[in-house]
Amino acid sequence: MSKQEVESKSSAPAPQGDTVSLLQERARQIRRDIIMMLAEAGSGHPGGSLSAADIVACLYFHIMRHDPARPDWPERDRFVLSKGHACPVLYAALAEAGYFPKEQLMSLRKLGSPLQGHPDMCKVPGVEMTTGSLGQGLATGVGMALAAKLDKSPRRIFVMIGDGESQEGQIWEASMAAAHYKLDNLTAILDFNGLQIDGPNAEVMAVQPVADKWKAFGWNVVEIDGHDIPQILHALSPDRKAAGKPTMIIAHTVKGKGVSFMEGVVDFHGKAPNKEQAEKALAELGT
Amino acid sequence: MSDNIATRKAYGEALVELGRANPDVVVLEADLSKSTMSALFAKEFPDRFFNFGVAEADMIGAAAGFAVSGKIPFASSFAVFCTGRAWEQVRLVVGYAQTNVKIGGSHAGITVGEDGASHQMNEDLALMRAIPGMTILVPADAVEMKLAVPAAAALKGPVYIRLGRMPVPVLFDGDYRFEIGRAAKLREGKDVALIGCGIMVDACLQAADILKEKADWSATVINMSTIKPLDRAAVVDAARTCGRVVTAEEHSIIGGLGSAVAEVLGEECPTSMARIGLKDCFGESGKPAELLEKYEMNPQDIAEAALGLS
Repeated sequence: MSKQEVESKSSAPAPQGDTVSLLQERARQIRRDIIMMLAEAGSGHPGGSLSAADIVACLYFHIMRHDPARPDWPERDRFVLSKGHACPVLYAALAEAGYFPKEQLMSLRKLGSPLQGHPDMCKVPGVEMTTGSLGQGLATGVGMALAAKLDKSPRRIFVMIGDGESQEGQIWEASMAAAHYKLDNLTAILDFNGLQIDGPNAEVMAVQPVADKWKAFGWNVVEIDGHDIPQILHALSPDRKAAGKPTMIIAHTVKGKGVSFMEGVVDFHGKAPNKEQAEKALAELGT
Repeated sequence: MSDNIATRKAYGEALVELGRANPDVVVLEADLSKSTMSALFAKEFPDRFFNFGVAEADMIGAAAGFAVSGKIPFASSFAVFCTGRAWEQVRLVVGYAQTNVKIGGSHAGITVGEDGASHQMNEDLALMRAIPGMTILVPADAVEMKLAVPAAAALKGPVYIRLGRMPVPVLFDGDYRFEIGRAAKLREGKDVALIGCGIMVDACLQAADILKEKADWSATVINMSTIKPLDRAAVVDAARTCGRVVTAEEHSIIGGLGSAVAEVLGEECPTSMARIGLKDCFGESGKPAELLEKYEMNPQDIAEAALGLS
């Protein structure tokens, strides 16, 4: 997809519009940062951070209109990481974009650091909503989308939710409201890696058939490979919006993607790599 | 004294006035707009009114989304739902996130009456007090409510406003001064300090009359319409002057005004005190007056509690 296809008509800064190969490189950098900061922190959630890395890279470096020099610019697009435990991916993207120095990533989860174990919007520039308790981000995105409509603003709202998170009732309350209010400026992305803390979704609490559920709730549903950059860009592009309907992108992903010994391993939902594992992971990701 | 007016009615009217003055004000509702009286706002400003249906958690989340988009959202529902059902949402995206969300909880307390204990919210002040940074207002009458709503809008940060269902006497006139965080001393006495909030302020005034008549006691009466941040100086001052304190609230004696006052006195000025309110129990169906009598929340109960203090 070309940069022109996603450029806004407004006077706002255009998306950075990295090419596919550059976005792949951004995602690789983000994955490296995730591993390094989690290894340094000694705790945290690698699996769901790595599964979301390609999507988050596409949002921050191609799709979203935002300005790291002006994190409070009112007309920016918004990204809410509803699955807040995956915040290493968000922190890495924000640092990569220039919201704060990269060195700060190594303070993750340490006393006095703005980089809390789950995102705190009051502490970190670029974090649009405080999350961490699952199920709440989509509702806040509904409020942001309604406010954008009220302002007759072109800003778009993106919310990433998890599959285990989809077991929360509030997700479906917000789903109903988004369709009711015809929020076609709202795009939700389901990071569908299939695993949650206690095991596979299918064993813990089935979420399938998830596409049918969102369709039944009145959403425009798109299914993609959540690691295929062109597919992600295509799904997120404004021309894939359906007039009068919010869009749900069901992104099929692999938990722990990019690190062979973490891929598809439930235990790496909430276990940080040790020093040896981190070195092995970084070697796989490449320098 | 004019006709009785429910504070929820004053809330609805105040929202309309606020909506006229400030285009950033939006009102959110969870299918109870005719009860919370946010319907008055909906009628005048349909474009700025958002009903979320019976989904209070979603409503609170959306309110936070509005707030971070530069709006001043007032989210209304019954107190039991917006502070109880949605407590964890209020904690995270309103309290912890420090969003500029105002929550109007109607049908608070036992005077909800016939709907019974499921709907009589006597724990909302306790729940909201526990959240850091939450401002809590319990206006005593329609006049105070009309002042509290714009004051809440002008304050940057989370505010919970408690509204009542039952029409109650109008206590104040146009000269009444309301300030968030400031107790209003309605009467000055020396034998006991009666500290009330909401509908119990009127009961305190009546109790003061009873005490005068029965025991020739003069009572200080304080309207503590801001539960948090509590006017600690006013509490200590009244306790020092009177030596006895009775709190009165349409709420559990656990976690609300009585607890807040006891905490201050325990730390700064240990004083003989009693708490009037729901005594760690649920209510039941009945007429408001019957319930206030059965659960010992009438003026004579306040007076008796005062006389029982050493």
